[in-house]
Order: sequence, then C-alpha cells, then structure tokens
Amino acid sequence: MDAPAPLAHTPLATRHRDQRLAELALATATAMAALPALAIVGFIIWKGAPALSWAFFTEMPVSGMTKGGIAPAIVGTLWMVGVSLLFSVPVGILAGIYLSEYAGNSRFARVVDLAIVNLAGVPSIVHALFGLGAFVLFLDFGTSILSAGLTLGVMTLPVIITSTKAALQSVPHPFRVACWNLGITRWQTIWHVVLPNALPGILTGVILQVSRAAGETAPVLFTGAAFYLPMFPTTVWDQTMTLSMHVFALVTQVPNVPENMKYGTALVLLGVVLCFNSFAIALRFYLRRRRKW
Amino acid sequence: MADTIARRRPPAHVKYVEWAIEGLVRLCGVSAIVFILAIFVFIGKEGLVFLAEHVGGMLTSTDWGPTNEPAMYGILALVAGTLWCVGLSLILSVPMGLAAAVYLAEFAPEGRREFLKIVVELLAAIPSVVWGFIGVMILNPLLQWMGAPVGLNGLNGAIVLALMTLPLLVSLGEDSLRAVPESYRQAAIAMGATKWEMVWRVLLPAARRGLLVAVLLGVGRCVGETMAVLMVTGHSVRIPDGLYSPVRTLTATIAAELGEAVRGGEHYQALFALGILLFFVTFLVNLAADTVVRERKLQ
Repeated sequence: MDAPAPLAHTPLATRHRDQRLAELALATATAMAALPALAIVGFIIWKGAPALSWAFFTEMPVSGMTKGGIAPAIVGTLWMVGVSLLFSVPVGILAGIYLSEYAGNSRFARVVDLAIVNLAGVPSIVHALFGLGAFVLFLDFGTSILSAGLTLGVMTLPVIITSTKAALQSVPHPFRVACWNLGITRWQTIWHVVLPNALPGILTGVILQVSRAAGETAPVLFTGAAFYLPMFPTTVWDQTMTLSMHVFALVTQVPNVPENMKYGTALVLLGVVLCFNSFAIALRFYLRRRRKW
Repeated sequence: MADTIARRRPPAHVKYVEWAIEGLVRLCGVSAIVFILAIFVFIGKEGLVFLAEHVGGMLTSTDWGPTNEPAMYGILALVAGTLWCVGLSLILSVPMGLAAAVYLAEFAPEGRREFLKIVVELLAAIPSVVWGFIGVMILNPLLQWMGAPVGLNGLNGAIVLALMTLPLLVSLGEDSLRAVPESYRQAAIAMGATKWEMVWRVLLPAARRGLLVAVLLGVGRCVGETMAVLMVTGHSVRIPDGLYSPVRTLTATIAAELGEAVRGGEHYQALFALGILLFFVTFLVNLAADTVVRERKLQ
C-alpha cells in the first residue's frame, strides 16, 4: 500500500475543520437514511388509523373487496404462519443443536454452514417456484395452506438455525464440561442445561421469523394464497386470503378501493410485523441485563 | 467401590434414547443441504431442458413475449431492467448506508446509537409488499409532484430498493467497523490523529472486507427482491433509456406470469429457467461474500 501523506504537513486548523465537516456530513447522511423511512411509517399510521374499527378486523370483505373488513386475511395469515412454524421451529432448532453441539469444526460442518448462508440468500420468488414444484405439484398438496406454510417454513429455516446456533454457543463451555464430568450424557446435558439457558435467545430468533413469515408475499402467491375468498379456512388443505396478499391485491389488482381501506390494510400488516419485532428487541434487552455469566 | 459404580450406571434405555436423538439431530443438521439441493433439483427439472434448447435465443434477444405467436424468450431487456434498478439503488444506498454505519459505530453518543440501531432493525423488518405499497401510494405521487412524468418507472423502483437495502448496509457495516480491535483506534489517536483521520486512514481500510460483504449481501438482496419491484417499476419490457423509463425485472416477470402460465408448458418452463438464473446469481454473490468472510477470519 502507498504510504499516505504525513498529516503533520497539514495545518492543525484545517484538520480540525475537516473533522467537524466530516462528522456533520456523516450525521446528515444518517438522518437522510432514517428520516424518510420513519416519515413514511408515520404517514401510513396517520392515513390508515381512521380505517381501523372493530368491524374492519372482524367482518368479511364484500363487494369485490371494496367494502367490509379483512377478517379472513388475518385468520389466514395466522394459519400459514402456524404451519410454517410447526415445520421450521423443530427442524431449525435441532439443526442448530447439531451445528453447535455435535458438528464441531469439521469440514462437513463448514459445508452445512455454506448451505445455510446460501439458503438464506435464495430470492423469495425462487422459493415460490420451489414451493410450486415440490409441494403443490410433486407432493400433490395442491394450492393450500399446507403448501404455502411449508414454503414459508423452508424460507425461514436458515435464519432459525443460525439464531439457535448463536444462542447455544453463547452458553459457556464449562457448563457442559461440568455435566460431562458428572457422567451425564451428551443429550441430557443439552436438554437439562444448555437448552434452558439458550431458550430466550432461541425464542427471539423465532419471533423475528414469525414476523417475516407473516409479511412475505411472493412465496405464498402461487402456493396457497387466495385473491378473494370471503370465508375462514377450516383445514390445512384449504386456500386462504392473507394480509400480505390482500395489500398486494388492493393496491394493484382491484379498481375503486377507497384509499383509507388500502392504508388501513397496510397499517394492520405493518403493525403486526413491527409489534413482533419490538417484542423480540425488548426480550433481547431484558436478556442482556439478566445474564449472569 | 466397583459395586457403587455399577449401581450408578444409567439404565440401558438411556443409551438408546441417546442414539435415537443424536440420529434425529444429525438428520435435521443436514436439512439445509437437503433443501438447497431440493430447490436446485425442482427448479432445474423444469428449467434446464428449456434452457438447453433456448439458451441462444434467450441471450441474444431483447424481446420477451412468451404468449406471442411464435413465442419469444429474449431476456436481455429483463436483465437490463434488473441491473438498472439494482445499480441505481446501490448508487443511492451504498454511500448513505456506509456513512450512517460509520456515524453509528464511531460518532454517535451511546444513547442515540442504541436508539438508531433499534430504528434500523425495525425498518429492516418492513415487508416487501409494504414497500411496494409505499412506492405506489406515496413515492410515485411525490415524484410526479416533483416533475416526473405520469406512471410508474424504474427510478421509483430504485428508490424503494435503496430504502429497503439501507438497514442491511447500516447494520452489517456497523458490525464490521466495531469488529476492528480497539487498539487500532487507540494507536491512531495516540499518534495525534483526529477522529475523522482515524476513521478514514485506519478504520475503513481495516474494515474494508466486512464493508465489501455488506455491499455484496445488499446486491444479493436487491437482485432477488420481488414484490416491491413488481408493484412499482411500471412493468414494461424494454432496455431502460432514461431515468423515468418504466422497466421490468427478472423477479417481477416470474411473479407476474407464473399464475397464468400453463403448468408444464413452455412458458412455465421458461419462468423456471429465469429462476435458475436468479438462483445462480444470488448463489455466486453469497459465495463471494462467504469467501471474503472466511479470508478475514483466517487473517
């Protein structure tokens, strides 16, 4: 590397001026990065809040979705997120246990890590193609909550694995060694000592994925989300409306939707997602304070 | 003594439970590999045959018209649309995101830093369909009010993508700056450098690999982003010829046409072929990012 020019040749006043200018520029850039997005969120709340009412949450959409409520979309989102969690939480946590407690630093563990990184980077529309090909057609689940939920589950899996692994690894190694010295088996150590200590950390990761699964649209578009279906799902084989799909439909597909309904629906989705994330953040802060080691 | 040990040995079933659970854990442990392979197999099954037959036509034509007679599968315009949106958004987001990362890591007072990090994390959680909503309902009218022609366009998409990528750039950038050892800072300050000189001449060079990873992951995120660009870019298949030109991306094409394509038909297979392309582009970007991370760890 070239040696930079010695600073001593620059007058001290110039250097201090540069320092102040740089700090001001950086602070301005930060404000410009955060403020527009914050303003937009505020605007959605301001425009959407008047649409919210008990009826909006509990009634079926009517007249081609231009009137009525969004109840089936809310219920459908719950179903899909539920199915996705039933798949991704057990598999993800066990995979995280494998990577943290069993795999060590083997070459195979590195391959698994690489697969996780890449699975996390697969675009959501490619997950949609996979869900359509694998769950809807090949396994013949049809366009259903099951297919869409599994697609979402595969999508959220890598993040749950990573956060579980990190939570387990933050439990100090001597905890394990102490157990092994008492003659307790590997799994008993994990089950009785490591997992309970890592549980809140794992939970934080799972909550974040709940909000991600609730907000995703592309993966459910062709696997189980219905455009306009004013009824509640009864089994996992049904199609259903979802909040994310409903926002998409109201904005781009349906003419003559009153503006406050569009903003109201977007606000509900945004509210759900931000609530879950705030909860996860609060949980993390609480944990950091409570940690004893 | 031997008697005591024998009595304390765990009952036989503990051993079998241990084996069974370890097997289950190992099975789930490989799930990521299984699914990444399954994705490739299921996308490849539909798309590879089509790709083998049409690859010449796809790469030499700008005409995408799978429902035309005869069908046209040129992807150049779609690739150009993707590159246009991604490039434009990175021009906006990279300088701003990295500047904000530097501010958060080195300049912001502790309280403000904590607050801004929470804001960044919440902004990162906004779903892409809500960003699409923002692009259509808020940003587009705003751009028209500022003099842009009526209609959705690529600039709209690029701004939305930039806003979406910013939180990722800020948080990853901040992480990599904070990973620089404290002794580097102390050494620079002890030599009489101002804080900015310390950042510019010591921290940024030291953290450059981490910052590169942040940008690479940002690129991957932008290339794969679907709903937002589907909703806001104007959806017109053509090579962008100006700031306000409506464009269409690879992802948006799949999302818009998959519903109407006949399952198993040529059009359907063509969309899976686009999926293969996206899969590989993001795979390479992630592989590059991962390689950079590993090299940094080795150093």
